Amino acid sequence: MLRFRDAFTPLPFLGASATAVRSWRQTQRTALVVLTAVFVTSAAMAANGGQPSIFSILIKWSPLLLWGFLFNLLISILSMGAGTLVGVPLGMLQTSPVRPVAAVARFITQFFRNAPWLVMLFICVMLLPFEIRVFGLRIPFPDWVKAVIGFALPAMANVAEIVRGAMISVPSGQWESAESLGFTRTQCVMKIILPQCIKRMLPPWMNLYSLITMATVNASVVGVNEMLTLTAQVHAAEGSRPELLAPLYAYSLVCFFIYAYPIGKWTEYLERKYQVKD
Amino acid sequence: MNVIPPPTIIPPTPDAPIVSLRAVFKSFGANNVLQGISLDVAKGETICIIGPSGSGKSTLIRCINALVPIDSGSIQVQGIEVNDPHLDKLSLRRRVGIVFQQYNLFPHKTALENIMMAPITVLKQEKAEVEARARALMKKVRLAGKEDFYPGELSGGQQQRVAIARSLAMRPDVMLFDEVTAALDPETKKEVLVTIQDLAKDGMTCIVVTHEMGFAREVSNHVYLTEHGLIVEHAPPAEFFSNPKDARTREFLSQVL
Ligand SMILES: Nc1ncnc2c1ncn2[C@@H]1O[C@H](COP(=O)(O)OP(=O)(O)OP(=O)(O)O)[C@@H](O)[C@H]1O
Ligand SMILES: [Mg+2]
Repeated sequence: MLRFRDAFTPLPFLGASATAVRSWRQTQRTALVVLTAVFVTSAAMAANGGQPSIFSILIKWSPLLLWGFLFNLLISILSMGAGTLVGVPLGMLQTSPVRPVAAVARFITQFFRNAPWLVMLFICVMLLPFEIRVFGLRIPFPDWVKAVIGFALPAMANVAEIVRGAMISVPSGQWESAESLGFTRTQCVMKIILPQCIKRMLPPWMNLYSLITMATVNASVVGVNEMLTLTAQVHAAEGSRPELLAPLYAYSLVCFFIYAYPIGKWTEYLERKYQVKD
Repeated sequence: MNVIPPPTIIPPTPDAPIVSLRAVFKSFGANNVLQGISLDVAKGETICIIGPSGSGKSTLIRCINALVPIDSGSIQVQGIEVNDPHLDKLSLRRRVGIVFQQYNLFPHKTALENIMMAPITVLKQEKAEVEARARALMKKVRLAGKEDFYPGELSGGQQQRVAIARSLAMRPDVMLFDEVTAALDPETKKEVLVTIQDLAKDGMTCIVVTHEMGFAREVSNHVYLTEHGLIVEHAPPAEFFSNPKDARTREFLSQVL
């Protein structure tokens, strides 16, 4: 359990950066081991066939694959951004003293929190139009934008839940004090309750971001040109040789790992940091 | 925009009580916590409310600033009727400060920021002017030099004095104290009690719920004993402590003294 006193200390950026550097080194070491394994395996395979070596294939396609990976990151950042933008107010509304408002917010949250992400994605891609017309203006709605919405919805619901949980964990004395000093409810939430919650919301929020990032490869199912889709295309372009499958997919695995592992480490660090006093 | 009807304000006459309760009833479900409380507090007076645990002292004090709505009766603060569906809560709350047992400082703000927040956010006052006032208040509660400390870096007694200063920053006419020293050790208790005593001497109207009989005896102008949501006995402290009339008062005093 987090205690609200833990939220007092200013963010430990300095202390954290030392740990981050340490965890980066670990990451690099781990990644090096994995990469070496991939290369050794692929080198062995390449020796078998007399075909172009896996190294040259990976190097040749790297710009395209990494471009795809960047696209995954873009989708993850946009989804998480939109999800947070809508999720924070949605979480706040769940604690509203106006019963119907709280009930509707609660329902929306529960609905999107309990829908499988892939299903959400399919529905968004199938049901959203390919363009919207506003005042004769055509706004195109490409698949990747639909995918962003598809990921943003579960992100929103999970962010809302994080916000709600953090808000109700603030001791009632804080509300009472603010109220007796004349703060309106909105002022109280914005200036007193939420700022105290940020620290305890950060670890679960980062955790959620990691999950969303991993989930972005699902977009390949609906034909978005992200890394997994491109990997399949590269495989086809190289003659669909079965021995290329493992190294190619391992390559994207390593990319995601290098990105997500430090985030996970950082999250763990923050969690520990805020729990020590218990 | 909401149009709030003007609150009923009866212009106070010079000797009219600043706080006045008449037949106040309040129950939580089947629990009748206040069963007809009436009392008057004159401007500049300090009254103490004592009584056994669960007798409704906290509820009573929270009713005065509308944190707890009452079922029936009347509460007037400076002519503002608190039990009015159209009550302008802000105009009441800027007149009534309250300090709780648990300090409830805002943990993400420094001591000085805690004091400055409400006047700036709620009353939209000038920042520079508020800051000057906040610094003066820190001196007044004898915490000069601790302005930039976070609540977590202050002792309980220091936090409680910041909480008092935070309330005072709104320039209230009445201060309510709900067992503000109950969570403190004997040493720090004294600092806080001295702070309240200073306030009372300066002419602040104070309503103090306390278990500190010494404080009630020396500082207050009037002492009230509550039991089961009723006032059992009330009198000036000299009389209350040396010559209690009610058997229940004698019983209570024999337990706490
Ligand atoms: N919000 C509430 N909901 C339900 N019951 C409440 C609430 N607040 C207080 N009560 C009940 O009202 C009664 C009086 O409580 P109150 O806190 O006013 O007593 P008190 O005299 O301040 O006691 P203490 O000396 O222990 O602080 C208690 O029985 C309590 O359980
Ligand atoms: Mg109490």
